[in-house]
Amino acid sequence: MNKILLVIQREYLSRVRKKSFIVMTILGPILMAALFIVPIFLSQMSDEVKQVEILDETGWFINKFEDSERFRFDYVYTDLETAKTNLLIEKGYALVYIPKPEVSVPSSAMIFSDKQVSIDLKGYIRNVMGKEVENQKLGAEIMKEIQKVSPGNDTGIQENISAGNIVSDEILKNIKTNITLTSIKMGEAGKEEKSFTEVSMVVGLFAGILIYFFIFLFGSQVMRGVIEEKVSRIVEVIVSSVKPFQLMMGKIIGVGLVGLTQFMLWVLLTLTIVTVFQQVMPDKFKKQETVESFSPGKRIPAGAEAIQSMEISKDQGSMERMIDAIQSINYGVMIFSFLFYFLGGYLLYGAMFAAIGAAVDNETDTQQFMMPVTIPLILGILVAQFVINNPEGPIAFWFSIIPFTSPIVMMVRIPFGVPSWEVALSMALLVITFVGAVWMAGKIYRTGILMYGKKVSWGELWKWLFYKA
Amino acid sequence: MSYFEARNITKRYDAHLALDNVSIDVPEQSIFGLLGPNGAGKTTLIRIINQITGPDEGEIFIGNEKLSQKHVDKIGYLPEERGLYKKMKVGEQALYLAQLKGLSKTDALKKLKYWFEKFEIQAWWNRKVEELSKGMQQKVQFIVTIIHDPTLLIFDEPFSGFDPINVNLLKDEILNLKQNGATIIFSTHNMASVEELCDNIALINKSKKILEGRVKDIKTKYKTNTYAIDFDGFTGEARSLLPAGFSLLNETSDEEMRQIIVGLPTQSTQNELLNAVMSKVNIHAFKEIIPTMNDIFIKTVNESGNFSEIS
Repeated sequence: MNKILLVIQREYLSRVRKKSFIVMTILGPILMAALFIVPIFLSQMSDEVKQVEILDETGWFINKFEDSERFRFDYVYTDLETAKTNLLIEKGYALVYIPKPEVSVPSSAMIFSDKQVSIDLKGYIRNVMGKEVENQKLGAEIMKEIQKVSPGNDTGIQENISAGNIVSDEILKNIKTNITLTSIKMGEAGKEEKSFTEVSMVVGLFAGILIYFFIFLFGSQVMRGVIEEKVSRIVEVIVSSVKPFQLMMGKIIGVGLVGLTQFMLWVLLTLTIVTVFQQVMPDKFKKQETVESFSPGKRIPAGAEAIQSMEISKDQGSMERMIDAIQSINYGVMIFSFLFYFLGGYLLYGAMFAAIGAAVDNETDTQQFMMPVTIPLILGILVAQFVINNPEGPIAFWFSIIPFTSPIVMMVRIPFGVPSWEVALSMALLVITFVGAVWMAGKIYRTGILMYGKKVSWGELWKWLFYKA
Repeated sequence: MSYFEARNITKRYDAHLALDNVSIDVPEQSIFGLLGPNGAGKTTLIRIINQITGPDEGEIFIGNEKLSQKHVDKIGYLPEERGLYKKMKVGEQALYLAQLKGLSKTDALKKLKYWFEKFEIQAWWNRKVEELSKGMQQKVQFIVTIIHDPTLLIFDEPFSGFDPINVNLLKDEILNLKQNGATIIFSTHNMASVEELCDNIALINKSKKILEGRVKDIKTKYKTNTYAIDFDGFTGEARSLLPAGFSLLNETSDEEMRQIIVGLPTQSTQNELLNAVMSKVNIHAFKEIIPTMNDIFIKTVNESGNFSEIS
């Protein structure tokens, strides 16, 4: 329908041209880039070499961690309690404990420290462990394949068969390893608590907060837009040309596109700023040369290259370590879920905000209706902080299934890995709910926009749902 | 021949009946006055015509077709509660509203240019609406109402916010539109403009139609056989001038002139009155008192019951 496009176009252009939009678009990436760059700068400031002790019960990673200008790795061969005590006595920086897994390959480690462990160290450990494990798995898989292809012959494989022919996508998927890294902060009295510098936590929480922020920001823009139309009395002119539902959806979609545009611009500009920074200061932010192998977005066909990329150069800079850590999260999934939950959550709340805007005469009257709508959002962001501690617990589960909080809470959980049926259920419920919300909002909106000078109660809104068109 | 017809329209909100079996019939190329006190149901009827809301019962026809979504582009509506986006530029906004009525961008631009020049507001094209005076905004609004050459126009209090000069400009335009073939529904409380512009009217009170017809016919029907005489040269009791059965309804005088208002008995003619008075006084003026639409409005509404205050 042509007319709804006109509405979308007007809503979009009138906002994108605003000064506030341009200012936000420029300021956002500067702040975000600062978030990236400042911590690295700060960690670069102290140039003392930190001592990290490794207690590896599996024996897989002996001598795999290589010393750098910031960390020196020592291997200890005692029991955990002694190692912890020694760490405190020797004033070492951190103790990495890799327990022997019960059945399969090593997949978790604990870092003990009396300080917050820096994110690049954790990224590095996660990276080395993950790649080592994947390497081993890949080796085993290749052996299996080769034995299938030419039984009895297990020498000279590299010459005869290039790894690229053997390593199928399925194998790449099978060997993908998620290393769980738990940071435990040791207090003076030997008290231990989990700390929150985990990259998954940061990324998840960041995504959740971003969604919260976007829903609030753009949802309330929808509401203000509706109130503006009502207050300026232009609405009656417009609804004689387009259906109220078209006007409402046009506004919601138009404002949503503004949000997406802003988000895209932020991502682009942030990347630009970070890249420029890397170029300008090559000493501190060395350009990453290895290719990220296992992201579904840019899967490379040859297994040989995958193996090559696992070799971590010794003088890798902090920036790279951090990027590695961040890249240990599956970005294809993250971006898809972010867009999905942003749009789903925005449509759900945008529709409710539009209905509120239609029901009131000015912004000060919105309070009574805003409360119940914003409470789930705020609850979502509060719960998110519990969820990063316990992404598998019942609270995390229920709040990431219930559509009113799922956009925030599920986003927080996704970097930790969530069973696909839970994601599917949560997404389906979100879609059903926003369709219902849009439908109900349409009814309230239709009646509300033409009611002037009337204080509306909840009961009244309920009645409007059943008015005939 | 009627161009617009509403048949037996009923609309309910909760327990409140906004329109009760209302029918109106608007002849082609005429101006139809839709009258009634506040809250009578006029706006509801107008919104039903604009398909902003639908009737519970009844049907609407435009040019013998049942009203449907495709007619939206044939109707021009100037609502009583009207406004523009304050932060948007005048030209951009007019273009947007014209396109919403189905005009292509090029057509809309061409037509807007013509009307902006005619109303002498072309200099404001790139200004924001909030910089415009109220009257100026009203002009823009009028232009976007008629820009798509609608065949049915609905004006709800079109003159509010205009100065007398612009009211005349607008009246002329409305008559022009009628001349060029448009059918116009005109809702107002300004009874003088109803008499001036309308061919037919319908009066709605408390959700019901209580009066309808040609303005001329209605006025004739409400005549009360009352005459006014301006005279001088007589200082006696005015009552003594009148023949038996004639009643003196009112008497006023200033230094030079006296005026009496006389009600005639049913069978008598004005000539009897004239004959009786002529020999005794110098008559300066003799005229029939014809009820104004204002009088008729008040009389009919009061007779049909008190104002309803629910909107």
